[in-house]
Amino acid sequence: MIRFENAVFEYIRRDDEGNVEGITRALDDVSVHIKRGEFVAVLGANGSGKSTFAKHINGLLVPEEGKVFVGGLDTSDDNNLLKIRQMAGMVFQNPDNQIIAQTVEEDVAFGPENMGVPTDEMQQRVDEALEKVGLIAEKDNSPNRLSGGQKQRVAIAGVLAMKPECIIFDESTAMLDPAGRKEVIATAHELNKNNNITVILITHYMNEAMGADRILVMDHGKIVMDGTPRQIFSKPEEIRKYKLEVPEITELAYRLHKAGAPMPAFVLDEDEFMEAIRSAKAAGALS
Amino acid sequence: MLRDITIGQYYPSGSIIHRLDPRVKFAGTFVYIVSLFVFKTFWGFLPAAVWLITLVIMARIPVKYLLKGLRPMLFLLLFMAAMNLLMTPGEVIGQWWIIKVTKEGIRSAAFMSLRLALLIMGSSLMTYTTTPTALTAAMEHIFRPLKIIRVPVHELAMMMSIALRFIPILLEETDRIMKAQQARGADFESGGLIKRAKAMLPILVPLFVSAFRRAGDLAQAMEARCYHGGKGRTKLHPLKYKLRDIIAYIIMIGYLVGCIFIP
Ligand SMILES: Nc1ncnc2c1ncn2[C@@H]1O[C@H](COP(=O)(O)OP(=O)(O)OP(=O)(O)O)[C@@H](O)[C@H]1O
Ligand SMILES: [Mg+2]
Repeated sequence: MIRFENAVFEYIRRDDEGNVEGITRALDDVSVHIKRGEFVAVLGANGSGKSTFAKHINGLLVPEEGKVFVGGLDTSDDNNLLKIRQMAGMVFQNPDNQIIAQTVEEDVAFGPENMGVPTDEMQQRVDEALEKVGLIAEKDNSPNRLSGGQKQRVAIAGVLAMKPECIIFDESTAMLDPAGRKEVIATAHELNKNNNITVILITHYMNEAMGADRILVMDHGKIVMDGTPRQIFSKPEEIRKYKLEVPEITELAYRLHKAGAPMPAFVLDEDEFMEAIRSAKAAGALS
Repeated sequence: MLRDITIGQYYPSGSIIHRLDPRVKFAGTFVYIVSLFVFKTFWGFLPAAVWLITLVIMARIPVKYLLKGLRPMLFLLLFMAAMNLLMTPGEVIGQWWIIKVTKEGIRSAAFMSLRLALLIMGSSLMTYTTTPTALTAAMEHIFRPLKIIRVPVHELAMMMSIALRFIPILLEETDRIMKAQQARGADFESGGLIKRAKAMLPILVPLFVSAFRRAGDLAQAMEARCYHGGKGRTKLHPLKYKLRDIIAYIIMIGYLVGCIFIP
């Protein structure tokens, strides 16, 4: 579905006279292949290049060297751009700054309107999308009255109405409260499971990444780790090197394991932790 | 809450006037304004007033609301009246010092203020009964021919609707910044004009920074959703004339013809 081939992208900072002040290599020889229907989380410290990576997937940025293909289409060919943006939708961080229209329904229609979807089909697409994110009741209301989590779901519906194959969430939960965060992550998982939509979830919350099929860790523009949550988080030393934190429960299990306690080196969440304790107890290792 | 404020002065009552196509109301307002300028005797006000009163009743707009619309224009109204009263030459009926009041002056002051008041109320009737979104759509439609002379009609309409969406958000933000500055001891209420203007600077700077940030974000979000100008764009709710709109046009023409020939 998405293929990066040795992609390189640099931001060039210039001073007032246009002289080059500094160059940031935000993507440094990135090669990766994401399959259809995968749920991929992207982790990395601030400035590691996650947003730059995301913007390459729907052609907002085009690599200076190397290639990016989405659904087999080359993002550097301008003729492909609209098709690519329809296939790979994006949900951004700030809920207010990505809603364009004055009613929920009209905002969801914005993408299809740009694509030139005929009017009779449009209403149906909009209703379906709002139904999927559970906001059909808010259809005629102003987006300003919605909660942060609801606004992000409107943004998701706006992408869904374009019938995408892939949705990229660029820290879409960063500005939300815990309840709003849950809403958005649950919606992402549902769409991935029920509609086979490829999800790319960029986040600073490790527990959100735990639910992914695969995690990419970025550092200084490179993908430095690539594996299942289990593979990634059973190497806490390496993770910390990239300024990331291991979830507390996983960290606790790891330390217990190292200290010789009957505990596996990796637990995904509290349930697994409790399960490990129970089985250790049953085996008589704990009294 | 600031977020709940409506831009313009839409008064939702769901009347038949509200449901008319916005282009009809746009044209109707234009016709009304023209009709106010075709007569020269006081009799001409009769159809114009009847027309306005009928529409207000049909639109179920409270009179109080309608008069409120006059308030911001009150100064202009009084100014015009005074000018007409004092500057019109003719048969003098009263004189104090260098101020002369003529019979013609009184007549023309009354005439002008009546005309202006009707004009203001007539046009605010449009904003009372039409949402800003619908008005923008109507304007985009009506001014479409200007594209030939390269007026960016679609872009202007898009700009307008984005502005309408962001004004409440920016107002709320202004409020937040002001409170934050007040908490740090800023004083916006006392002092002369210059001092107060200076106190506003620490508000305007962060506000502008944030507005530009939002604009950048929004442009990117629009691009990500396939926005590429007005070309090939379709609409969720395209403007479509219904029978009632055609009837409204016919009545409108009848009214204009009547205004021209009755007096
Ligand atoms: N418009 C820009 N101009 C110049 N440099 C930029 C620009 N955008 C990003 N950069 C730089 O490129 C690097 C990668 O930025 P990017 O936004 O992709 O990081 P990120 O991983 O998304 O960070 P964050 O977690 O803060 O969102 C950073 O060093 C950043 O300073
Ligand atoms: Mg980022």
